[in-house]
Amino acid sequence: MPDAPGLELIRGEIERDCPGAVLATSFDRAQAALIVDPEQVLDALRWLKEQPGQRYDFLSSLHAADYLPAEPRFAIHYELINRDRVERIRVKAMLEDARPAGPVSDSGLPLPGESSESSPPTGEALPEIDSCVELFPTAEAQEREAFDFFGIVFRGHPNLTRILLPDDYVGWPQRRDFPVGGEPVTFTYSEQQYD
Amino acid sequence: MTEQVVDRDREIMTVNVGPHHPATHGVLRLVVDLEGEMVRELRPVIGYVHTGIEKSCEDKSYWKVIPFVERMDYVSYFFQMEAYCGAVERLVDLEIPPRAKYLRTLFLELNRIHSHLVWLGTTALDLGAISMLWYCFRERDKILDLFEMACGQRMHTRYFQVGGVIEDIPVGFERKCRAFAEEMPIRVGQYQDLLDRNEVFLQRTKGTGTVSRERLLELGVSGPLLRAAGEPWDLRKAFDYLAYPEMDFKIPVGTVGDNYDRYRVRVAEMVESARIVVQCLDALPGGPFIADDRKYVLPPRSELSTSMESLIHHFKLVTEGYRVDPGEVYYSIESPRGELGCFVLADGSAKPARVHFRDPSFVNLQAFRDMAVDTYVADMIASLGMLDPILGGVDR
Repeated sequence: MPDAPGLELIRGEIERDCPGAVLATSFDRAQAALIVDPEQVLDALRWLKEQPGQRYDFLSSLHAADYLPAEPRFAIHYELINRDRVERIRVKAMLEDARPAGPVSDSGLPLPGESSESSPPTGEALPEIDSCVELFPTAEAQEREAFDFFGIVFRGHPNLTRILLPDDYVGWPQRRDFPVGGEPVTFTYSEQQYD
Repeated sequence: MTEQVVDRDREIMTVNVGPHHPATHGVLRLVVDLEGEMVRELRPVIGYVHTGIEKSCEDKSYWKVIPFVERMDYVSYFFQMEAYCGAVERLVDLEIPPRAKYLRTLFLELNRIHSHLVWLGTTALDLGAISMLWYCFRERDKILDLFEMACGQRMHTRYFQVGGVIEDIPVGFERKCRAFAEEMPIRVGQYQDLLDRNEVFLQRTKGTGTVSRERLLELGVSGPLLRAAGEPWDLRKAFDYLAYPEMDFKIPVGTVGDNYDRYRVRVAEMVESARIVVQCLDALPGGPFIADDRKYVLPPRSELSTSMESLIHHFKLVTEGYRVDPGEVYYSIESPRGELGCFVLADGSAKPARVHFRDPSFVNLQAFRDMAVDTYVADMIASLGMLDPILGGVDR
């Protein structure tokens, strides 16, 4: 882990090369995190990976989290390792929940043909972020997992389909407002009730 | 499902392997494009044992999550517990006593040997060495006996708690465990005598499934697969957790990264793990086995009949659990398959807002295409065994 001053130094250097990329830093429970602008997340990741003297070139984990009811709601976490200095840093991109844009029909859904290309055919508006598969090929499956469970679209991902859930599944189950669900189980003594 | 291509010189046949096939080591489906015996394209299809454990964890108080996460990667359950308990301990800033650190290290290393034994037995079985399965499962049973002796359960022990371990090791455990740890290197030597220069085994593993070190790093592969390609990266050495800084052990590495190196690295790791077990027993410190913070740790049973305060703490912990201040922690350890990370997000309530596991099998499986494309079908099966995915961990 870089310590708190080390984190500010990294922030300052990224700020010099990619202005506006880092929005804030956090140093909580001995874990260093850079909170970056989701539009410039690739610039920040590329800087951390390729800048001489930094070399955070091993993406150990990419995962999403839902901070409902906070705004912005979603976050993508990138856990990077610098194997030479044996340091970890977390890059966090906070994403707003997408609101249906453009003309909206009476039912609240966007009109056909108006939805952006990357959205699934249901026309549901989804939050979007650039895919980092070009930089870190390991993110391929993990970005698909984040899409599968949170409905976060990774622009430029080679094959953004559901990975663990069935292809015809509807909904994004790891979102906090998705109910845990369940169905009534029929036991022999209660069978009559469900007839 | 077959697909005929007009060009008769180059016929591609698409074959479905699995999901129920003994050689896929779980419920993994492979859609393989074959040209004769050669694999030309490969798509692993996963998700057949997805049970939504991560979602279920959000509905449980912190201490009730432990048995859930154990059932993800069902061969290395102590590692799942350690990743989760360690993450929660870092969230609430709870220091665990030295004896608990040593006990956890001891059980993690026993579990590592157990996991590698299951891998060696089943993979050697895939390659035709049927007797290896019986030898490996004989030693595995001894480990399970040790688990049963200390924890009451053979698998899914729920032994690690937030703050330490649930119970001290019983009388006689140390002697039995030491006898096992001293016998294990001899047994490993016997396995090596059976396999190391076995002509069939060498032909099946030497030079097959080779992936370069650089490509493995790009794909985020960790653990024995990465070390077999010559990269000495082990989180036990790299980061400071549990009693590993005080342990004396080596990191076995391979040279070319073929299936034979993967076999050699894992077998050598078993010997190193047995050494760590002995060191843990030698240096096992006295003192409490669980932290003394009554806000997070259950009071001893004997206090309940005499202390009102203990009774209140016990009641609060069992009914509501403890609340954790908002925050997030990513904690990762070296599991038998690589980096096992646990991300826990707390929102101030008594239940975690998100529990995510970075499962090493899930990430390592991405390297399977590189291992198997343009090799024979038989080598693909050998590579899959040497990859050692646990589908319960992949699908969660």
